[in-house]
Amino acid sequence: MNKNHYRYVLRLGDNALILGQRMTEWCGHSPLLEEDIAMANCALDHVGRARLLLSYAAELEGEGRSEDDLAFVRSDREFENFLLCELPIGDYAFTMARQYLLDTYHYHLFTELVSSSDETLSAIAQKAIKETTYHMDRSRDWVLRLGDGSEESHERMQVALEGMWNYTEELFERDPVDVQMIAEAIGPDPEWLHSKWQADINATIKKATLSVPEKKWSLSGGRNGLHTEAMGHLLSEMQHLQRTYPGLSW
Amino acid sequence: MIFTDEQGQFDAIIEAEEKIEPRDWMPEKYRLNLVRQMSQHAHSEVVGQLPEGNWIGRAPTLRRKAILLSKVQDEAGHGLYLYSAAETLGVSREEMMNDLLIGKAKYASIFNYPTLTWADVGAIGWLVDGAAIVNQISLCRTSYGPYARAMVKICKEESFHMRQGYEIMQVLACGSAAQKAMAQDALNRWWWPTLMMFGPHDSESANSQQSMKWKIKRQSNDELRQKFVDQTVKQADHLGLAIPDQDLKWNEERGHYDFGPIDWEEFARVVKGGGLCNDARLEARRTANDEGQWVKDALMSYAEKHSKSDVDQVA
Repeated sequence: MNKNHYRYVLRLGDNALILGQRMTEWCGHSPLLEEDIAMANCALDHVGRARLLLSYAAELEGEGRSEDDLAFVRSDREFENFLLCELPIGDYAFTMARQYLLDTYHYHLFTELVSSSDETLSAIAQKAIKETTYHMDRSRDWVLRLGDGSEESHERMQVALEGMWNYTEELFERDPVDVQMIAEAIGPDPEWLHSKWQADINATIKKATLSVPEKKWSLSGGRNGLHTEAMGHLLSEMQHLQRTYPGLSW
Repeated sequence: MIFTDEQGQFDAIIEAEEKIEPRDWMPEKYRLNLVRQMSQHAHSEVVGQLPEGNWIGRAPTLRRKAILLSKVQDEAGHGLYLYSAAETLGVSREEMMNDLLIGKAKYASIFNYPTLTWADVGAIGWLVDGAAIVNQISLCRTSYGPYARAMVKICKEESFHMRQGYEIMQVLACGSAAQKAMAQDALNRWWWPTLMMFGPHDSESANSQQSMKWKIKRQSNDELRQKFVDQTVKQADHLGLAIPDQDLKWNEERGHYDFGPIDWEEFARVVKGGGLCNDARLEARRTANDEGQWVKDALMSYAEKHSKSDVDQVA
């Protein structure tokens, strides 16, 4: 097994799964009925993407594990998603700001992965880019409307961005896994993604009459299994049945 | 035939099994009756997201999570579709929603029962959606055009919902002892409330008679309930699960299953607010509405600002 290749795909799968799990929390509780539908729809895309990526990660690992083994019987120290994905949903401004930052990241990432030397990853990216283009359109629209909406929504959106800004640098860190993926033309250089991402985000924030937060710290660790306190609670809910009744079919 | 009077024309359309459309004249009571029934139906779809939504975060596999998400998304879609259909009767979604939030309008009382285990998600699909389909297939022939057409579309999705619920039950019924017990327990808890979904006996039903005359309702509560029991007994047999009714037995003479008495006191209590989840369900909807207010205000401000600046640009 190529351990770095496995971890690269696993990280993509974990990001999709953990963010998707967070998004489902809005089901039936959104501010508008239309948003109940839209949020469930986008969450479904993330869960679907997680299934493809985790199945493929399990295949690369070659130890007979399934997508569900990876999702439901790993501990938080074995999850390698970005911390940004696992933060609690907050208010609708926080939720949509996070979606936008990650949708934009995924948009540039999957655009590159379409031409990955890994054919399976390329095929997954071809499907994901269609969904992500639509997700980004929607979340950008929300950032604009809340940022340039009422005084209260402007304030909430600014607070949301400030609250998550320290977690954004983690998206562009480069470790030996990334270095090998770049060398094998499997994945893009995170630094390159960073410049594309930053340009889009800055333009949207400006258009939304908001200001780009100042980065004080860089909070990271998720990609090496070091998570926030929120992660254990997320997993205890998500993994409840598989942990209570190990080894059964559902 | 040309009718000089509106009532005569309306009666003739009903008699001829044709559809009343939004622009047609209709008796005020017919309109109000439909607003009540359609908005109640829409509210049921929206509140119905909550008991199953309770298990999306805990679905046991990623496949199940995706299916359940998709199903709950459908419910919200049905709600939206039904509110839109009801709006053709001259009432706004906001008015209808407000009636729900102040407790004036009802929703299906079944959603005031809690979903305690994963098997409850199966039981809701199999039994609750199964019962809804029996009712809704009948409503595909209802006399109000927009409602009838909505039902055709909704029935298609509901039949997928029912099948996914039955499939959950099948897997559990063939699973470990704990899973089988979970499935039986869910059937025990959901069976009677599901039979109550069809409403009071025909002799006791306040709204039924006029609704039948207007062909809003096409079959009586008791007919529909019987149909559901007849089809579900075989399905339970196939699963190897026991329906919790000692009086349930085939009646050769009637060609139907006989079943035991329904606890109408429980029904009345839950309808009036005394179920385990009545408060929580309404509270969840009120919270979503109240906490969503700043979002709605923001959308209005944005639209106002930008329609102004668009006008400025043109000028």
